Amino acid sequence: MGYDLKLRVWRGDENGGGLVDFTVPVEEGEVVLDAIHRLQATQAHDLAVRWNCKAGKCGSCSAEINGRPRLMCMTRLSLFDPAEPVTVTPLRTFPVIRDLVTDVSFNYEKAKTVPPFTPPEGLALGEYRMAQVDVERSQEFRKCIECFLCQNVCHVIRDHEENKQHFAGPRFFIRYAELDMHPLDTLDRKRQLRDEHGLGLCNITKCCTEVCPEGIKITDNAIIPMKERVVDTRYDPLTRFIRRFRSPEQPRRPAPERQGQTAADS
Amino acid sequence: MSEIERHSYDVVVVGAGGAGLRAAIAAHDAGARTAIVCKSLLGKAHTVMAEGGIAAAMGNVWPEDNWQVHFRDTMRGGKMLNNWRMAQLHAQEAPERVWELESWGALFDRTPDGKISQRDFGGHRYARLAHVGDRTGLEMIRTLQQRAVALGIDVFMECTITRLLKDGDRIAGAFGYWRESGRFIVFEAPSVVLATGGIGKSFKVTSNSWEYTGDGHAMAMLAGAPLINMEFVQFHPTGMLWPPSVRGILVTESVRGDGGVLRNAEGRRFMFDYISDYFKAETADTEEEADRWYDDHINNRRPPELLPRDEVARAINAEVKAGRGTPHGGVYLDIASRRSPEFIKKRLPSMYHQFKELADVDITKEPMEIAPTCHYVMGGVEVDADSAMSKVPGLFAAGEVAGGMHGANRLGGNSLSDLLVFGKRAGEYAAAHAAGLAVRPRIDEADVAQAEAEALAPFARDGGENPYSLHRDLQETMHNLVGIIRVAEEMERALERIAEYRERLEKVSVEGNRQYNPGWHLALDLRNMLIVSESIARAALERKESRGGHTRDDYPSTDPEWGKRNVCCRWDGDHVTVYQQPLPEMPDELKKLFEEH
Repeated sequence: MGYDLKLRVWRGDENGGGLVDFTVPVEEGEVVLDAIHRLQATQAHDLAVRWNCKAGKCGSCSAEINGRPRLMCMTRLSLFDPAEPVTVTPLRTFPVIRDLVTDVSFNYEKAKTVPPFTPPEGLALGEYRMAQVDVERSQEFRKCIECFLCQNVCHVIRDHEENKQHFAGPRFFIRYAELDMHPLDTLDRKRQLRDEHGLGLCNITKCCTEVCPEGIKITDNAIIPMKERVVDTRYDPLTRFIRRFRSPEQPRRPAPERQGQTAADS
Repeated sequence: MSEIERHSYDVVVVGAGGAGLRAAIAAHDAGARTAIVCKSLLGKAHTVMAEGGIAAAMGNVWPEDNWQVHFRDTMRGGKMLNNWRMAQLHAQEAPERVWELESWGALFDRTPDGKISQRDFGGHRYARLAHVGDRTGLEMIRTLQQRAVALGIDVFMECTITRLLKDGDRIAGAFGYWRESGRFIVFEAPSVVLATGGIGKSFKVTSNSWEYTGDGHAMAMLAGAPLINMEFVQFHPTGMLWPPSVRGILVTESVRGDGGVLRNAEGRRFMFDYISDYFKAETADTEEEADRWYDDHINNRRPPELLPRDEVARAINAEVKAGRGTPHGGVYLDIASRRSPEFIKKRLPSMYHQFKELADVDITKEPMEIAPTCHYVMGGVEVDADSAMSKVPGLFAAGEVAGGMHGANRLGGNSLSDLLVFGKRAGEYAAAHAAGLAVRPRIDEADVAQAEAEALAPFARDGGENPYSLHRDLQETMHNLVGIIRVAEEMERALERIAEYRERLEKVSVEGNRQYNPGWHLALDLRNMLIVSESIARAALERKESRGGHTRDDYPSTDPEWGKRNVCCRWDGDHVTVYQQPLPEMPDELKKLFEEH
């Protein structure tokens, strides 16, 4: 049944701000975003908040609710004790623009640097053939709704601004995994993944997997397999041997794919 | 006047859903300097919410399928009021547009022989929808987004266009503001592609997101481009109903395509009672035949649950009105008793998740409670079928904002294919239009100043009404008076209220500053919602018959004379004027496709 919700919302901008207390009437079955919308319509008309679908499909309304990163549209108020206040704050890893809206452009910049899907040459439109079992592994990662909650909890960048330059974060590790496991992709991206996007910095604490609203097994199904593949390439005994005799000035090229690796992967 | 940020492009695409992204890719590929301008972050546009699939006669599941069958289904679904040429191009080009997505990395579900799998949907004779579970829209928008990013196309995110700018009768650019800072921005461009989607936010119960405020529809009107078919609004038969917080959220048609059935409170499969003469020949009249159809489309006819959406929505409405509805005023959608939990979770993962999380309903064990929800507008900017150009030179429209393609009712799955087919065409022709001009049109600075003043007006007023309450009243009016079932007296009342709302909008004031201020944004969007709402109400009052997504209690039958005419809307300075024009006539060789049945 309906009750008066005590809602504490962070309000402010890049220059600072703080938690503001509100009381908002809420109804049975409602989610945090409903309460935020009612607050906006009745008390705080200029409250800044991002949202689109309100159905857990677009990943726009990410915030920290009682300190836990969540989608506001998929967080039922019934999770919380009606006597206790519910606190909503913006994602901490990204700079605040205003109220609950943060500057997530970091993610869009990183997206530009991942080499895209590269099909085999000469494969005509309509001639693509892939088995369902082979596409399913990449399909798991393509469920990603880009809510950036995994990016937000990743301690490599949450507490270390300086890492942002050399680290792409879990969202992009699953993008790499998706492309690497795509049955028809022909490009080897392991060097970028290791050298430019910092896969090695991840020490698999699984925080990203825990917050993923799509239930993607980011660590087990993407990060760990990709770490293994990167290591396989780097410590392949033959390429390691060759590397020892290469002068430091020579540009480092990606190691050649070993025979049979693709077959073993699929 | 303060310094305004300015950019110059050959083609500016407004909107970054399926149509906008596909248009931008096409314009870029044609060599045009191209920009995408969108209200939300990239990848969040409404396309992301599409669930069921992309209709394209690839013939992967049923080799009997081809473009002629798809064309025929589309025209009949639209009650023959579609622009025949658009429907033809759409059916012919959709397969290649889908395959193109695959070459850009999309991973559709597969058939046993490794091709793109296709699923059944309402009004489609064969299983025709390319899909990824029930998250096809996400796959489509992500693929297009990644392609646009890989091509290096400039994207202006969280930037809202409020006015189109002209040089004489031609397009010269667009004016808008950054949501983040509230600062203004001007684009100089000889070609502008509108890909702004639909209008659902004018209605109370809708599956649409906040972005669907009819911006493109209204800006085209203000720039002198007429709209057609605005009386046709699609109410999707299956929206969530309970709890109130989720009312209107879409439940994909795939539930029915994959075997789900509709039952009233008495447990009866009531759709058998609502098979119109128009679809009698192709619809099963016993439950046995309907159930056999899933495995054998050739020797059995389609279940009535898979009639086009307008038919199903009206039937649900009638059942509830007759007192056979559920406690919350809907009907039951049941797949739990018909398919295994494994099948349901595999084919409909988002639906399973959505009901479990938001409604405490396990759809593998119990039926869903559903009711119609405002979903799509068939009407939109009147465009040339081949080029997607409106009546204003340099102004193009593709996707939901364009009118004609779907006639009086759109078939499920035909929207995503529409975005791809006409997005590509609009982008190509927009690039060609820009390249073909000897002199670039010039923006009139007086127009920029006027657009700026218009946008700032809500800040200049003090103590007026807030935009949220006005928005709520408009939604209530459209829902109650111009909804699924219409009657002249109610629509006239709606028009009177819309006139009052326009006066109230003149007095709306907003608080706070220009930085990321949703109250201000809504105040500006309300202009568009009022123009679109007036267009719908006037066009609906004009069409004195029932057809597709337009049902009148005072004119319940379909009139062949009205089947030869489109209702058009144009902006006359301070109000919408409607007029009629003849429907383009289909050539004889296409007419033959309708004779054999």
